[in-house]
Amino acid sequence: VSALERHRVSVTGPADGTPMLFAHGFGCDQSMWRLVAPAFADEFRVVLFDHLGSGHTDPDAYDPVAYSTLDRYAQDVLEICHELDLREVVYVGHSVSAMIGVLAQIAEPDRFSRLVLINPSARYVDDGDYVGGFSRTDIDELLELMDSNNLGWQQPLAGMVMPGPELGEERAELDESFCRTRPDIARKFAAVTFLSDNRDDLASVSVPTLVVQNRHDTIAPLPAGTFVRDHIPGATLEIIETSGHCAHLSAPAETVAAVGAVVRA
Amino acid sequence: VTGDAVALFDQAPAAYVVLDRADGRILQANQAFLDLVRRPVAEVLASTFSDMVGVAGRIYTETHLMPMLDLTGRVDEVALDVVVDGGDRLPVLLNANLDRSGDRATVRVVLFEARERRRYESELLRVTREAEQARRQAVDLVATLQQTLVPPVLPQIPRLGVWATYRPAGAGDEVGGDFYDVFSIGPLQWMVVLGDVVGKGIPAATVTSFIRHALRDLAMQIADPAELLHALDRAMRAAASEKFCTAVVLRLTETEDGWAVSGAVGGHPLPLLGTRDGTVTELGRPGSLIGLLDDPHYSTFTHRLVAGEFVTVFTDGVTEAQRGPDLLGDRALHDLVRAASQDPSTVSEGLVRAAVAFQAGHPRDDIAVLTLHPS
Repeated sequence: VSALERHRVSVTGPADGTPMLFAHGFGCDQSMWRLVAPAFADEFRVVLFDHLGSGHTDPDAYDPVAYSTLDRYAQDVLEICHELDLREVVYVGHSVSAMIGVLAQIAEPDRFSRLVLINPSARYVDDGDYVGGFSRTDIDELLELMDSNNLGWQQPLAGMVMPGPELGEERAELDESFCRTRPDIARKFAAVTFLSDNRDDLASVSVPTLVVQNRHDTIAPLPAGTFVRDHIPGATLEIIETSGHCAHLSAPAETVAAVGAVVRA
Repeated sequence: VTGDAVALFDQAPAAYVVLDRADGRILQANQAFLDLVRRPVAEVLASTFSDMVGVAGRIYTETHLMPMLDLTGRVDEVALDVVVDGGDRLPVLLNANLDRSGDRATVRVVLFEARERRRYESELLRVTREAEQARRQAVDLVATLQQTLVPPVLPQIPRLGVWATYRPAGAGDEVGGDFYDVFSIGPLQWMVVLGDVVGKGIPAATVTSFIRHALRDLAMQIADPAELLHALDRAMRAAASEKFCTAVVLRLTETEDGWAVSGAVGGHPLPLLGTRDGTVTELGRPGSLIGLLDDPHYSTFTHRLVAGEFVTVFTDGVTEAQRGPDLLGDRALHDLVRAASQDPSTVSEGLVRAAVAFQAGHPRDDIAVLTLHPS
């Protein structure tokens, strides 16, 4: 199975446009970008995908051992780039996908022209003076909670073949199952997300980087965002006056403006 | 009607709160909610929903609940813990929907205490994990048990090359019935046995183990292979087991120019004799299934095995390898043996590989092949 099928990759916008690859974070899937990505499809070749284990990817294709590190997720990003032959990629990653983009850019520096990191955190667990926002106990409780939220998972979906490239009306029928990841996979994704530490990787990023930070982010607090800006050479920070952890949902217009200001420049 | 609506909210038999979607602040809370969280109304109305559900609940709310509400307008049966005054955790189930009709979007949330239900679910989860662990242990046990049915390492025999290949059926989580053994019965004398116990699983494995040990014991006392099979047949019937088996036994005695082979077959495919020039013939005559009949018959054959020849014994997992209605069959088997005859060391593995490939990687039955070649 190709990476494009495996990740339910959808491509819109002009074929000769600069590629803009949007990577969703922990929780839900590529439809998280529905209020932001279309705003770039006039000029950019907009590529959306689901991480393995998320959205409507085949749960059997998810290998819990391989996906116990963010490197494997970064490798998937690169495989998608290779199959579509994307170059000069503008990578937009939310939440954990910010660090996945950092790892991908370090692995193939020439593949990317820019990183846009939305609500990023290089480490979610506090460490000495470093403010991640969570204690280890908090994260253990989260993993337990992921275990108990098994009610939303609908087994028959595992065998269904979902439409991939044509993200359109068919999608509406699938909304019922949106964000309902199989609990054992959701738990593993939560663990790799919230227990990773990528602080030492930031200095190796070698493309212009924009950090988009919510003023009142409930998950990646302001100090975590400024840490990312301060440790990626030349990175800039744009603060959006919103709360929650999903600027692309709670403040889509501001997010489009902040991202557009750098990528259309 | 307005007054009733207020009562419907305030006195609803479920905890009920209304949130500002933008920042999660609690705009309204009914009496049942205040009772649930054991906090005064002023404190509740100065809090966000995240403040009420602990850190883990906050992460889940932001990464799953709110995005689901935004897209689908509602969520059902989400499990969270509410942090009550004093820090205790109270398991709840909640339903919520999104209201975009007003100036600002709000979220209506209804919560039910779910202590009993959560206990039941935790129990279910624990049992599921135990079952998964038990399954893994069973797979390990099968692998261990299987190793007692075939020797992990074959003995090194001077001037005789022995190549054995074994492939369990399917995914390898069940003990099969195929077995083989190679052992010394005196100076320059060796026994080779290969067979198949009818059935699978632990009962078959028990019988297989019995057969291997019985054959080792009986072969020390009985020189004639046909008599050896008769003795095994009697031993199996005396053990009152309902299981029976097929087997081929070969007794090898080293001679000046090779090996003197005597053998017998019970209910089993005949051994194949291959030569370097590509001829393939069967050795011996068919005999009865072992441990089943009142009056079985077995006959001993002999052959002088010399340089350039080889003998291959195999279980019906090879010839009865099945793809749809088709069997791999004898002719294909002979062709495969002939094709590999220039290098007898490749015969065993080649046959198993062909039988597995014929069944698209998932053999329905165990496959065991053993090849002997004077060197």
